[in-house]
Amino acid sequence: MSGPAYNFAYLNEQTKKMVRRAILKAVAIPGYQVPFASRELPMPYGWGTGGVQVTAAILTPDDTLKVIDQGADDTTNAVSIRSFFSKVAGVETTEDTDSASIIQTRHRIPETPLREDQILVYQVPIPEPLRFLEPRETETRKMHALEEYGIMHVKLYEDIAQHGEIATSYAYPAKVNGRYVFDPSPIPKFDNPKLDNSPALQLFGAGREKRIYAVPPYTAVKSLDFEDHPFSVSGWDKPCAICGSTTSYLDEVVIDDQGGRMFVCSDTDYCKKRRPA
Amino acid sequence: MYVAVKGGEKAIAAAHKLLAEERRGDSAIPAISTAQISEQLSLGVDRVMNEGTLYDREWAALAIKQARGDLIEAIFLLRAARTTLSRFGYCEPLDTSAIQAKRRISAAFKDIPGGQVLGPTFDYSHRLLEFELDAPPPAEVAAAAEAVAMPRVLELLGHEGLIEPASASDAAPGDLTEDPLEFPASRDLRLQNLARGDEGYLLALAYSTQRGYGRSHPFAGEIRHGHVEVSFIPEELGFAVTIGEIAITECEMINQFKGSGGVPPQFTRGYGLVFGQCERKAMSMALLDRSLRAGELGEERVAPAQDEEFVLSHSDNVQATGFVEHLKLPHYVDFQSELQLIRRLRKGGEKP
Amino acid sequence: MNAPLLQVSGLTKNYGSTPACNDISFALHPGEVIAIVGESGSGKSTLLRCISGQMEPSSGAVAYTHADGRVTDLFAASEAERRNLMRKDWGFVHQDARDGLRMGVSAGANIGESLMAVGSRHYGKIRASAEDWLSRVEIAASRIDDSPWSYSGGMRQRLQIARNLVTAPRLVFMDEPTGGLDVSVQARLLDLIRGLVRNMKLAAVVVTHDLAVARLLSSRMMVMQNGRVVETGLTDQVLEDPQAPYTQLLVASVLQA
Repeated sequence: MSGPAYNFAYLNEQTKKMVRRAILKAVAIPGYQVPFASRELPMPYGWGTGGVQVTAAILTPDDTLKVIDQGADDTTNAVSIRSFFSKVAGVETTEDTDSASIIQTRHRIPETPLREDQILVYQVPIPEPLRFLEPRETETRKMHALEEYGIMHVKLYEDIAQHGEIATSYAYPAKVNGRYVFDPSPIPKFDNPKLDNSPALQLFGAGREKRIYAVPPYTAVKSLDFEDHPFSVSGWDKPCAICGSTTSYLDEVVIDDQGGRMFVCSDTDYCKKRRPA
Repeated sequence: MYVAVKGGEKAIAAAHKLLAEERRGDSAIPAISTAQISEQLSLGVDRVMNEGTLYDREWAALAIKQARGDLIEAIFLLRAARTTLSRFGYCEPLDTSAIQAKRRISAAFKDIPGGQVLGPTFDYSHRLLEFELDAPPPAEVAAAAEAVAMPRVLELLGHEGLIEPASASDAAPGDLTEDPLEFPASRDLRLQNLARGDEGYLLALAYSTQRGYGRSHPFAGEIRHGHVEVSFIPEELGFAVTIGEIAITECEMINQFKGSGGVPPQFTRGYGLVFGQCERKAMSMALLDRSLRAGELGEERVAPAQDEEFVLSHSDNVQATGFVEHLKLPHYVDFQSELQLIRRLRKGGEKP
Repeated sequence: MNAPLLQVSGLTKNYGSTPACNDISFALHPGEVIAIVGESGSGKSTLLRCISGQMEPSSGAVAYTHADGRVTDLFAASEAERRNLMRKDWGFVHQDARDGLRMGVSAGANIGESLMAVGSRHYGKIRASAEDWLSRVEIAASRIDDSPWSYSGGMRQRLQIARNLVTAPRLVFMDEPTGGLDVSVQARLLDLIRGLVRNMKLAAVVVTHDLAVARLLSSRMMVMQNGRVVETGLTDQVLEDPQAPYTQLLVASVLQA
């Protein structure tokens, strides 16, 4: 019995070509969900297979890869995906946002502003923003095709009617380039403004649901809202307990069983660099 | 303490080490070999090959060993290995009429040309634990059955026009391992999806059709299990060559149909085909194939088993287990957003 | 009189070899209410589904004249055009309000959805319209955030009507709008519908098996039997002096009751 010999970045070239074609189409139609023949990978569906396939398809031997989960480089899944690529592609990896050429992420956009020569690859669990309002794929594709997005606002209306504000705190839907409503993956809505007009190419891969979509560089991304209830994000009362940042997204850390809490940056690289030496 | 919340490479490595130890179990007990799994847990191997969509007994047996007997995990391992393999092309359609049948039964007719061949089956055994199995006497080797012509049972009905003709097409079938599934899906893709689908899921849905949720009045027209040849036309040769033999189980269901529109009443077909001897799976597949034809036959779609998007979108256990289990991954960031939101909403108190 | 709002020509719909509607033609003018009357199985509901673009007929055409004079051939038009028409110019009131409402969201959202579907993005204005429409269909504004599940059958039907009329459509299709309701509730609902249709100068096609509904709402009526129109005329005339034997039977059976 013998094992298979792995190609660079695990996927075979046929598969990579197929993924690249889907990526090109996605870039050409910003926000449109391009179906692609997602493959099985050595990690489970729902654990980043879409992002891994996108990264594998665009990765070159000269790239430097950073992988984050919840903003951190040291979370289990980020560690696992990073070690996967260093094993099957031998590429350099980094925790430093600035020196990465490709950043694969789950649930966050780095605090450090991205550049034109960087690509941000998102792992997406449910690519369809209309899914929980309309379960049928045949119907949701039609709704996108005909720009029938009224139902998205029904959800927002209900939130305001019941809570006085839009009670969607992550995976907050937005309209890309004035046309397609899309799901930016479960990033906190705090990160939505970073999607807009970003110099970096943003690619989204949903492995289980077999969809790839993209926000090309410098593309308008407008979070859905009402004229009299405009999209807004709120910050924290306190700065980061470690680096003192008042502008970053903070994780809540339970420090004892007496209800004690501290708030620290979710972006570990950002926090580390700001920390007093 | 901050770092402790995050995972860390050391913790992962330690978890892997522990897994390897647990997998080996008590080292005083001899380790099981993949050959033993392949030979003695052969139905488990069949299932892993089916849902793993790769006919390779050795790899499937290794996957079962590596997965500590968790078949869905083994299926997942086999799928991930399959992904890396290069594709040479598609084989010619299997000629299941030329099967070397180990088992062949029909529940629709008592006597059929070629005979009822019971073969290796649990069907007629008493399900009593056989304690002597732990130290068994050498099994007697059965004499190989002579090949007899076995015409298809459903064709016997076809002569009278009592059953719809089997659909035949030279068109290349779709392949959802190469192209994503889109709805509405054609029958070839539905069958492929079902063949890869979870046995338990198919069984439960098929069962629901028997209990009135989309009834299709089935009879097991014919079930056959045995070996068939696989042939392939290499581009450089231009003619078919036999490249091997695989074990399969095929099930053809006969279903009642009252007729609708301009179609007269006649029997209709449901079809199932699987690797190895996964009879339960082949039968479930045939029932679901038929229930999913509701639209085509002008039947009202009211039950889950008739709902193509529902059935096909949730059949894959590798997808399902991944997504269900991904809830174990950290969701700190989203949860933090929700915490903040709920606190804010509670502070806001009354409606505006 | 102007060009007809809706022109139905030679419409036939077969189920298998059986025609459910056979060669039906009629015109509906702006502001006119026509009732299609017949017993169950007469083909009236199939006809309604075809002329409202929900089902494609086997043959025949339906032409709709827009406010600006443009004419759309319903079944030659793209699905996008058809759905656009349904959102902006038409309404459809189902017999069972659950089919016409989004039961999972509040009453206010049900009315608001129609506005949001045509582009409203101002929460305050949407809410004000929803409150206004609730009062027009005699539902207390305090019920605006309640789920339609908490509404009675009559209230659900009135909510469905509000959801349909809030965008000021030009044409409304109604399928047994009072069917399944108590008699006392029916009368109140019919009054309400009549008032709204008149005030808004709506054109409507009302399918009903109930001659009383036809009498109260429509100016013209068509009587259907076995997929064919057996009699058509001004509602008062048809009811007072029915010509076709089947219509005579219908009218007589109501008078006896």
